[in-house]
Amino acid sequence: MESIQPNKVQDKINQLANKTVYVHLETTNGAYASHFDENAYNVGAFIRNAEVSYQHGKIVSTGGSYRVGLKLDLGWVYAEGLSDYEIDEKGRLLMAGHDREGRLMVALEISETPFSHGADPDE
Amino acid sequence: MSKGHVVVIFPHPDDESFGASGTISKFRDEGVPVTYLCGTLGEMGRNMGSPVFANRETLSTFRRQELKEAARQLDIEVEFLGYRDKTLEFEPRDKVASHLKKRLEELEATVVITHYPGYAVHPDHDALGAAAVEAVKLMEEASRPDVWMHAISNGHADVLGEPDIVYDIRPYWEKKLAAIQAHLSQADGMMSLIENHDQAAEQLERLKTERFYRWHF
Repeated sequence: MESIQPNKVQDKINQLANKTVYVHLETTNGAYASHFDENAYNVGAFIRNAEVSYQHGKIVSTGGSYRVGLKLDLGWVYAEGLSDYEIDEKGRLLMAGHDREGRLMVALEISETPFSHGADPDE
Repeated sequence: MSKGHVVVIFPHPDDESFGASGTISKFRDEGVPVTYLCGTLGEMGRNMGSPVFANRETLSTFRRQELKEAARQLDIEVEFLGYRDKTLEFEPRDKVASHLKKRLEELEATVVITHYPGYAVHPDHDALGAAAVEAVKLMEEASRPDVWMHAISNGHADVLGEPDIVYDIRPYWEKKLAAIQAHLSQADGMMSLIENHDQAAEQLERLKTERFYRWHF
């Protein structure tokens, strides 16, 4: 992954609009948060392979990181804290935000084909 | 005479290195075969390498390779059970248990090392530990392996008392460190978490003494 280049991400978001796409959306502070700091809370959510189609989407700079919103016919997909991106060899738009030590805090990924959902034991 | 077969059952690539690689090395030193049944590929891990080199979609490939390298260091066999990271507690317990029972019977396990359900912090640890205990319960009494359970949660000794098995694994410390470091995407992140823990010294000391509770059927 590299630092987000908003123009390139916006182009890719535009390309994927009004198509059936699969979304991986995730946020986490880790299963060990309250183990290593008793004042912390374990919080996380993910959805993998949500099948959606969005009318339009936008990436917005917040000075340091980015928010992305995708407008659906019946709702929204939203992520905050994205800082890195990659368009991988399968043409998928992968975006993530990492903390100072490189741990993933948030991810939003959009693909025209489903993401792997088994354990892909022999990938 | 057969020296038995130690079967380690944890959910993530690296659980074996942090939790039991000293004990594993001791068994290998004595010529006892060790097989690691690894529940998932750890594909939902937060650590992506330091500096970051993996992403959510490539992490599983890296972690599978890392575990193969750790297994080479420890001279053990590895099998992946094919579950998905973070989801083990939502799988039917009896289904996972019968899957494990089948493998334990085929491998003729004499000792099972797993997590102590309810005292293992990560939900995957608790769920797979519970399924492993269940699997052994389902076995004929005569062929049941010993079950050794690794507890992690803060203050678990206040509830569980002293562990039944305590190994000072300092003779195998270099081996353990090499196994941990084979998990390139995870090692730095986990070690820095441990070093920044409220009780860092105790946590590091914990790595040098491996403790297990026996399940009493």
